[in-house]
Amino acid sequence: MQNTALAFTFLLGEFRAHGKRAAIGVIAIAIGVAMGYAVHLINYAASSEFSQAVRSLMGNADLTVRGTRMGFSEQTYPLLATQPEVAVASPVVEIDAHIPQQSEALKIIGIDYFRAVTVQPNMLGRMADENADENFGALNADAIFLSPAALTWLKLKAGDTLAVQVGLEIRQLHIAGTIPAAGAGQRIGVMDIAAAQWRFDRLKLIQRIDLKLRPGVDIIAFKARLADLLPAGVAAVTPVDSEKRAANLSRAYRVNLNVLALVALFTGGFLVFSTQVLSVVRRRSQLALLRVLGLTRASLLRWMLAEGAAIGVLGAALGLLLGYIIAAAVLDYSGADLGGGYFFGVRPTVHFDAWAALLFFALGLGAALIGSFMPALETARTQPSRTLKAGDEEISLQKLRSPLPALTLIFIGGALCFIGPINELPIPGYIAIALLLIGSIALMPRLAHAVFSHLPTPTQSAPYLAVSQLQGASGRASIGLSGILASFSLMAAMAIMVTSFRVSVDEWLGNMLPAQLYMRAAASGDTAYFSAADQLTILNTPGVARAEFLRTTHITLDPLRPAVSLIARPIDAANPAARLPFIGAVLPSQPTPSSPIITVWASEAAADLHGLTVGKQLMLPIGDKIQAVLVGGVWRDYARQHGAIVINLADYRRLTGDERVTEVGMWLHADVSPAQVINNLRTALHQNTHMEIAEPGEVRSTSLKIFDRSFTITYLLEAVAIIVGLFGIAASFGGQALARAREFGMLRHIGVTRRQIGVMLALEGTLLTTLGVVAGLVLGWVIALILVHVVNPQSFHWSMNMHMPWGLLMGVAATLILTAAITAVLSGRSAMSTQVVRAVRDDW
Amino acid sequence: MLTLAHLCKSYNSTRRILSDINFHLNAGEYVAIMGESGMGKSTLLNLMAGLETPDSGSIVIDGHNLAEMNDDQTTQLRREKMGFVFQAFHVLPHLSVAQNVSLPLLLNGVPKQQAQVATANMLAAVGLATRAQSRPHELSGGETQRVAIARALVHRPRLLLADEPTGNLDPESADSVMQLLREQIKQSGTTCVLVTHSTRAAATADRVLLLTVQGLIPHSLRM
Repeated sequence: MQNTALAFTFLLGEFRAHGKRAAIGVIAIAIGVAMGYAVHLINYAASSEFSQAVRSLMGNADLTVRGTRMGFSEQTYPLLATQPEVAVASPVVEIDAHIPQQSEALKIIGIDYFRAVTVQPNMLGRMADENADENFGALNADAIFLSPAALTWLKLKAGDTLAVQVGLEIRQLHIAGTIPAAGAGQRIGVMDIAAAQWRFDRLKLIQRIDLKLRPGVDIIAFKARLADLLPAGVAAVTPVDSEKRAANLSRAYRVNLNVLALVALFTGGFLVFSTQVLSVVRRRSQLALLRVLGLTRASLLRWMLAEGAAIGVLGAALGLLLGYIIAAAVLDYSGADLGGGYFFGVRPTVHFDAWAALLFFALGLGAALIGSFMPALETARTQPSRTLKAGDEEISLQKLRSPLPALTLIFIGGALCFIGPINELPIPGYIAIALLLIGSIALMPRLAHAVFSHLPTPTQSAPYLAVSQLQGASGRASIGLSGILASFSLMAAMAIMVTSFRVSVDEWLGNMLPAQLYMRAAASGDTAYFSAADQLTILNTPGVARAEFLRTTHITLDPLRPAVSLIARPIDAANPAARLPFIGAVLPSQPTPSSPIITVWASEAAADLHGLTVGKQLMLPIGDKIQAVLVGGVWRDYARQHGAIVINLADYRRLTGDERVTEVGMWLHADVSPAQVINNLRTALHQNTHMEIAEPGEVRSTSLKIFDRSFTITYLLEAVAIIVGLFGIAASFGGQALARAREFGMLRHIGVTRRQIGVMLALEGTLLTTLGVVAGLVLGWVIALILVHVVNPQSFHWSMNMHMPWGLLMGVAATLILTAAITAVLSGRSAMSTQVVRAVRDDW
Repeated sequence: MLTLAHLCKSYNSTRRILSDINFHLNAGEYVAIMGESGMGKSTLLNLMAGLETPDSGSIVIDGHNLAEMNDDQTTQLRREKMGFVFQAFHVLPHLSVAQNVSLPLLLNGVPKQQAQVATANMLAAVGLATRAQSRPHELSGGETQRVAIARALVHRPRLLLADEPTGNLDPESADSVMQLLREQIKQSGTTCVLVTHSTRAAATADRVLLLTVQGLIPHSLRM
C-alpha cells in the first residue's frame, strides 16, 4: 500500500517536472486512437446503414432469387410461386434510375403491393392524399413513393414531379407519397412492379424474387433444390448471404483504411518509446538510488510500466472522445463516404461502439505499454552501483546494437510476403510491414554506429563535438532516429504506392481511351442507353468518321460475391491488345470453325476473385442462358474492383439480342473540331442535354480528380502520422537536450559559446535525421514494394508498376531534416536556458 | 591578476548572497575560499568566471573588466584564460580520456599535432599516460578527477577555478588529487581559486580565506 502511494508520488512528481514531455506522449497516443476510432465509427455507421438497407429491401424473405442487372424472365415467378415450400413469392424490379442534374442514381424498387404486404412491408408507401385509396393509388402507372432521405436529397415533396431518364428520353413520375418505414439514410423510390417495367422499358423482366417459405421448410435443402429449377445466371441466396455480399463490397477498403488509421498510433507508440527511454536515461541516478534504498526490481519495473500505462490510459481515453467527436462531425457535415465511393448517398449517424472503444482503448494502452516496456526492463535489470557512473547510459543502450533480433524480425517479415491472403485480406502482408518496420528500427543503433564511426573527424570545435557525440553515443542518438525512421518510411511507402497507382491509372487511361471523343447516355444509373436508332444517328452525324459502341451491364458469377461488370465492345480479333492492357499471355481470339468457342477477357479482379486463368473455360451467364466461353487473357482494370469481363460486342448481341449500348467512342474527320461534333451530336440526338460528352483529356482529368479525392483520407492520415513523427522528433531531441544539460553546462564553462552549442546541435540533428531519412527512404521503398505487390493485389486485385515521387520525397525529407535541425537547436536553447551554473552542480 | 571590488549579489530582493566583497589575487597565487554552506562561495566562483553577473561592483581578470564584456567575450575569456574543475567531474562520457583532455586545445584552435603532444604531456603529468584511450566509465573517481584537472590545465590558463574538486572522492584520492593540482598549478604558474569545505584540501593552498557576512576574511587552518 505504502509502495503504491510512493509510486503514485514518484509518478506525479515526474509528470509535474516534465509535464510537456508526458503531454506529447499522451497527445500522440490520443491522435492515433482518435484517427483509428473515428475511421472505424464512420465505416461502421456506413456499413451498418448499408446492411440495414439490404435487410430492409429483403424484408421478411427467407430466400432471395437474384439474377443479373439485366434481369431474368418473369416466367420464373409462377414457377417459384407454385412450389409447395413457398408461402408467398414477391417479384421485384430493381432499377438504378438516372435523375437529370444528379451525379448519383436513385434506386427504384418495383414491387407487387399485394405480395409485398407479407414479404417487404417496409417498402410500402403512404399516400400523401389521405383520402386516396392507398393500394389503387399506388398502382397508378406514374405513381412513385420516395423515402424521406430521397425527398430531402432531391429537394422534392409529395405531389411534385420526379424526372427520370430512360434511354435518352426524360419521363415524369408523380410523387404519390413517402415510405415511412424506410431507413433514415436510405434513398429509394418504390413503384408498382408493372408500372416500373413499363415506364423503364423492362417489360417481362424482373431482377429478384423474394420468397417467404412455409413453416418447417429446410431453407438450405430448398435452396439446393432451386438451383436446378432456376434459369442461367439466377441463384437463390439467404439473407445472411446477401448481407455478406453487401459487406464484401467494401470490406477490403474498410480494413485498409483502418490499418492506415492505425499508422498514427504505431508512430505514437514509438514516440512513447523514445520519450520513455530518454526519460529513463535522464533519471537513471534517481532510479538507481531507489534500488539502493530497497525498491525491488519487480517494483521498479511496475513503476516504470505504470508511467507508460498512465500515458496510455490518458491518451486512449482522450483519443476515444476525440475520435467520437471527429466521426460525428464528419458524418454530419460530409456523409459517410471517406473517398472509396462505397457509401455514396448513405447518411448515417454516429453510434458509440463499446466493443470497438474497448479495442481501441486497449490498442492505445498497448502501444504506450510496449513503448515503455523495453526501457522499464532495462532500468530494472541495471546494477544500481554501475548506474551512478558517467557513461553508463551508453553502455545500457549498447545492448540495442545486437543485430540478431532485428535481423530475425526482418527475415520473418520477408517470408510473410510470400504467404497468401487470410480470409481474402492481406493480413500476412500487414504483419510483414510491421515486422520489417520494428526490425529496421531495432537495427538502427547498429547502423548509426557503423555509419557515424566512419565519419571523418572535423577540426572545427562545434562539428568535432557533434561528430564525437554521434560516434560515441550512437545508441542514444538512434533513439531519436527510430521516430524519424517510422514516420518517414511509412510516409514514403504510402507516397510511392499512391504515385505508382496514380501513374499506372494515368497510363491505363491512355490505353483505355483511344478515341477522340467519348459519349455516355447518362452519368449514373442503368436506365439511360442509346438505342439501335440512336447508334445509327451517331454514325451518320457530320464529323464522326468512325464510332465504337460499348455496352456495360452486370452479371453474377458467384451469388456470394458482388456482381461482375460485363463489358461488350468491339475487339480486333487479330490484336485484342489494341484495346485492352493485358498482363501476361493472350490467346488468339475469335471462334474458328475448328474452335467454335467464344473468347472473353477477364480483368485482374475477375481473374483473382473467380479463379479465372488464361485458357480456362468459363460458364458465362449471359442473356437467359449459360454460355461456355474461353478466357483469352487477363487485363489490367482500375475502374471495377469487383471484376469485369470483356466480350466482343458482336458476340454479346448474338447471345442476348440486346442492341442497346451505354457508351460510345468516336473518331472524327480531320477537318472538324470536337466542339462542332458535340454540337452536331446534340442536335442529331434531339437536343439531348443529359448525355455526357467529353474528350479523352477531360475524361482523364476527371478520373484523376476522382482518384485524388479517393486518396484524400489517405493523405490526411499520412499527414497525421508525419505530424506525430515530428512530435516524436521534438520530444526525442527535447529529451536528449534535457539529459545533456550538464554536458552543455560544462561546455559553456570551458569556453564553448551558445552559438557553437547551437551549431553542434544543428549538425547532430541534421546528420541524424539525414541518416534516418535515407534509411527511411530505403525502408519506405521496401514497404512500398509490399504494398504494391502484396497488399494491393490481395486487397483490391490490381497490379501496378512502381513509380517514385522524387519531388515529394525530397521535399518532405528536406522539411524533416530542417525541422529536426531547428528542433535540435531549440531544444538545446531550452536546455541551456536553465542556469549553466546549476546544470554542472545538478547531481540528478 | 584577479581583483574584485565592492561586489554585491542577491538572487531576489530578499536574499542577498554577497555583500561588498573586495579581494585581490596575484599572478601564480593559490587561494582557498572556505565558508558555511549558503554563504555564496560557489556564487563567488561563478561571478569570477563571468557565468553570473553581479548586482554591483567590478571583477577584473588579467586586465579585463567583466562588466564591460558581453557573453561571447566572457566565453572567449574563459576559453583562453581559465580552467575549471568541478565536484562532479563532468567529463564527456562519449569521448576518450585523451579527447576529453584535448577539448580546450581544440576550442582554442591549437593545431592537431601540437594538441596531441600537449595532451600526451598533460596526461603523463597527471599519471594517466596509459589511460589515454580509455572511456570515462572505465576510470575510478580519482582518475576521472585527474582527467578533469588535466583538461583544466592543458591549455595553460591564467586562472583555474576549482569548485569542491574533492567532494566526490575518498580521502586518499582527495589528497592525491589536491597534491597533483598544487604541483601542476605551481609548475605552470597558474593562479588558482579553490572553493571547498575540506580543510585538507584547503591546506594545499598558499592562503585561506573565509567567506562570512562581513566579506572575505583571512583564515587560519590551525586548531
